[in-house]
This record gives sequence, structure tokens and C-alpha cells, in this order.
Amino acid sequence: MNIKVIEQKCTGCTLCVKTCPFSCIKMVNKKAVIDLDTCTLCGACVEVCKFDAIELKRDSGSTPNKEEYKGIWVFAEQKKGIIQSVVYELLGKSRELAKKLDAEVSCVLLGHDMKDTAQELIHRGADNVYIVDAPELKHFLDEPYTKVLVNLIRKYRPEIFLCGATFIGRSLISRVAVKLHTGLTADCTELDIDDAEKYLLQTRPAFGGNIMATILSKNYRPQMATVRHKVMKESECDTSRKGKIIEETATPALLRSRTKLLDIVEEISSTVNLAEADIIVSGGRGMKGPENFSILNELAEALGGAVGSSRAAVDSDWIAYSHQVGQTGKTVCPDIYIACGISGQIQHLVGMQSAKTIIAVNQDPGAPIFTVADYGIVGDLFEVIPLLTKKFKEALSK
Amino acid sequence: MNVIICIKQVPDTTQVQIDPETNTLIREGVESIINPFDMYAIEEGVRIKEKFGGKATVLSMGPPQAEAALKEAISMGCDEAILVSDRAFAGSDTLATGYTLAKAIEKTGNFDIILCGKQASDGDTAQVGPGIATQLDIPQVTYVKKIEKIEEKSAVVERMTEEGYEIVQTSLPCLLTVVKEINEPRIPSLKGRMKAKKTIVTSWKAIDLDVEENRLGLTGSPTWVSKIFTPPARPQGEIFEGPADETTSKLVNLLKNHLS
Repeated sequence: MNIKVIEQKCTGCTLCVKTCPFSCIKMVNKKAVIDLDTCTLCGACVEVCKFDAIELKRDSGSTPNKEEYKGIWVFAEQKKGIIQSVVYELLGKSRELAKKLDAEVSCVLLGHDMKDTAQELIHRGADNVYIVDAPELKHFLDEPYTKVLVNLIRKYRPEIFLCGATFIGRSLISRVAVKLHTGLTADCTELDIDDAEKYLLQTRPAFGGNIMATILSKNYRPQMATVRHKVMKESECDTSRKGKIIEETATPALLRSRTKLLDIVEEISSTVNLAEADIIVSGGRGMKGPENFSILNELAEALGGAVGSSRAAVDSDWIAYSHQVGQTGKTVCPDIYIACGISGQIQHLVGMQSAKTIIAVNQDPGAPIFTVADYGIVGDLFEVIPLLTKKFKEALSK
Repeated sequence: MNVIICIKQVPDTTQVQIDPETNTLIREGVESIINPFDMYAIEEGVRIKEKFGGKATVLSMGPPQAEAALKEAISMGCDEAILVSDRAFAGSDTLATGYTLAKAIEKTGNFDIILCGKQASDGDTAQVGPGIATQLDIPQVTYVKKIEKIEEKSAVVERMTEEGYEIVQTSLPCLLTVVKEINEPRIPSLKGRMKAKKTIVTSWKAIDLDVEENRLGLTGSPTWVSKIFTPPARPQGEIFEGPADETTSKLVNLLKNHLS
């Protein structure tokens, strides 16, 4: 077994019992006993024990020559030739990390006719841009993107590889990490470098944000992570920055794909891209019907935001699923989240509680949404929302 | 058309509570459910089988009690259930989990479509589905919201994106991860429940699979959890009550600077 309590060292302090996120440690005769059937070997008890009384064996392998891996790479996700904003957020963070590692920051850009864009990435903080240009790479497809990336990573050996936790990113990087046989942490909200060992500290919410976990990939390279939108600050554009553009080619074998993109359909409503929105106005059961979402659209428009919804509104067919925020919908992290007529069940909260400012409008002062709200208005939303729209418009026009 | 559906048993988040004293999750007494996204995968798998014939096999890796989740899938119309369970799998990260499940799928033999939920509600990684596809070297389409058509050697599906969706053709066999919009899972029929009761879940241990031991469980997992902590609680907010004209003015004044 990989984990055990060293009885001679255990003082019966019960700290591990309190720390175990899975409630699988009990005290028996004043010694800690781990229930091996429920233990997930997460190691929280090992870290908290002051007496080194819990031993966790991690005799895993490692990437050969791992010390040869250097530098930070950022996947420069593009759609229709436009770099996605999360890339600039990653570049901002990467510059900070690079300082601590004394390393270079590089972008890898796959696409077609994208040379000018490469220059933009340098202005935003990349020291190098590896660019692979091919018509087959114009739009994202899992297999060619995976094969081309894996090939480049094997050639250049970056120490860290970061990517936005977008639909594309989460799909692609999962494949890349398996091919490279290395560790990958999903949906990080914080990245840092360990002072002593220089590991990448990858922090992410777990259990819908109820707990946070910091994850390491000590023995494998590159250390890979996808990062949530909107939590890190975009790097500034500095047109005087200089960098190198390195053109790479891909062989036909790398570009082969068993999937084919037949069509791209953009939904007419421009207010649907919740991941990119700085402000989200969301409606729930309290909206009472599909026709009433127009008042949310008006408020969202006045604020330049997008419209979201709770599951209840989607299940009642008041609004399309693509707007749903929460456990079975999207996880969002806007600057401002305005929840209108949403009671705030845990499944909704896990999708929005990392928003920087949360505003709740609800008739019921006891609604759970008010427990996470920074500001709340208790009142009839059909009266409150139109007033907010009017007053925000006035305030913003000044 | 042989379909394999991968599911995970997770704690029911509606019941998860934080112990105010220790700031940790109280898991005792919390019921286990099938990961909500996997319900859509089960439903879709059963629908494919009903339409094209063949077999729908449901597969899970987890502790012995995950058998309950597999039986529920049987009650919804799956034909066979396999539980991959062994202490050797404990501590698996997404790489080791994908590897183990891929090996189990190889052992089942013939398959055309593998279905997974888009992600699990406890881990939220969305990495295991693509991990399985990569280990098996088959194509994948993630975030599928509709299967438009299935033919002998290919399928056309709609894949959700930030802006709308894409229509993607894939060769078979393939792996699809599905989102909620794809269907509405059925309520098990009485007949289904009776069948589930009688069904014997196949159980495989590490020795039953053609696996390399050092790629399993904690040993086979490159990522390690180094620290678990509770995020700082949000400070108590300001709640305004009273006439709407006053409360809205207060809020707009507070947010004005924030917006410009």
C-alpha cells in the first residue's frame, strides 16, 4: 500500500482527521487509522502532520533528461485568425513566471497566413514565436493540432506549457499531454513558481470551488496546465518589443485528420460568449417567462455584457442552453455578475462564484444568492432591472 | 453499432457541505450519484443502440460501491456493466485513469462509439475522455450537443463552441464527450429496474487487464496534489432594501467608477 501511518510517530493530535477532505481518517486507540477503501492518496494529511507520522510512497517514473527542458510556452489559440484574449492573459502571467525562472517566453501559433499576428504576440510579451503555417491548420482540428504540437514540444523541450481552458484548449491539450506522457492540470486559477525547487505551482478549484488544490508535476516535463479565462491580467502591448519568429513546417503525416470540419455556425445572439464577457447579466426562475429576458438583454447591452441564465430558465425553454451558467453549463469568471431572479443553488454558485463582483437582485431576502453577493437589492426585478438599465445608461453617458 | 459509455460515480454536490470548524468538505452521509454529464452519455448510448442495434456497455473505474451507478445505467437500458476496481488504481490522475479505462475498453473488444460526459462534477478536468481516445489512438469530438447522423464508418456531430457550434464529421470508431443539450435522460422503467437488480456487474482488477503496473494509480500519475485548502470566504456583502428607486441609485453609484 502506498500510504501508512507510522504508529510510533503518531501522537494522536487528530490534525490529519480534521484535514482529510474525504473524511477517511479515524482515531483508534489514540492513533490515526486511514480507511484505505476511501482514501484517494491526495496527501493532504501527509502535509499537515507535524510529526512526519504519515508516509506516502510516490515511486513514479520521470521524463528522461528533464533538466534539459527550458522556457515557457503559451499556445496562441486563434479563431478565424484572431488571437483569443486568454492568450494575452497567459502571456502576462508567463512574463512573471519567466522572471522567477530566468527563462524565455515563447508562443506557438498554428494557422494559415498569420505572420502579422506573430508580430503582435511579440508586442504582447513573447520572446519567440514558433509558427506553423498550413491550410490544414486554418481551423482547429484535434488530430493535426495535437501531432504538430507534440512534434514541436519534443524538438524544443519547453519546461512549462500553458493553454487557455477554452473549448479548444481543453480538448487539444488533454491529447497532447497523453502523447507526451506528462502531467496536465485543468482549469487553473493561479500559477506560481516554487522558490526552492522551481516547480510550477498549479492551483485550481475542486469540488465546484469549495476547495482549492495546488498541483505539481515534479518529475515530468513539460509541466502543462490549462488556465481559466479572465482570472489573470492581460499583458500590455509594447510595439517596441523585439523577438524572434521561427517558422516551422509540418509534414503531410502530421496534418492528417480523421475528423473534418464541415461548417461553423455562429449563433446570431452576440450576447452569448460568456467566457469572454466582462459583465454577465443572468436570469433565473424569477424571470417568469421567455419574453421577460428582453429586460436582461437591455441591461446587458447598456453595460456591454452578455446574458446568462440558471438551469431552471434553460430547462423551462426560456433561453438556449449556451447561456447556462453552473455545474451542467458554463463556468464563468467575469468582472461583474448580476444574478436576477436566481435563488442561488449550489449548482449555480459553482459556475459563477469566482466572479470578481457579484450582484444579486431577488425578491426573497433569504435567497442563498445573497450569501455570495457583494451587493444585493431586495426587490421586484421587473421594477429594479429597467431602473438599473436607465441609471447605468445615464451614468455611463456622462 | 457497439457503444461503450464511461461513467463516474461522484458525491452529490447538492448535499456537500463545509464543516465550519475545520473548513473541509463533509462527505460522510453524502449520497453518491452518477456524474450529471454522464447521464446524457448513457441516454445517448442507449438511443444509438435502440436505433442501430448492437450493444451498449457501461464502464466505470472506482471503488466497489460504484457498482450502484453501473446498475442505474443498466436500468436506463444499457446491456452490460463493467467495473474496473482495484486498490492499485487509487490515486490515479487523469493520465493513469485514461490509461486504465483504455485498457479495459481494449479488453471488451469490438466498439464503434465511446461516449463520455464532458467532465465530472467533482474533478471538473474534462481530460479523461480525450485521454482515453488518445491512448486508443482514435479520433475524438468533445462538447457534442447533437449527433446528426451515424453511418457505418462515420458520424456527423455538432460540437459546442464559445460562439455557437461546429459541424464535424468523424470516422468510426471514435470517442465523443457530450453536453447537457444533447438529450433528456429517461427515468428508468420498472422493467429496467428489475433487469438491473438481476444483472451481474463484471468486475475487473488490475491483473485482469493487459496493463503495465507502473502506469497505474499514484505511481502512474505525473501530477501530485501538494496542498488542499479552503478558499477565503467572500466577505458579507451589502444588501439594499427599500424603494427600488433608492436601492438602484445606491448600486449604480457604487459601481459607476468600476465601469468606466
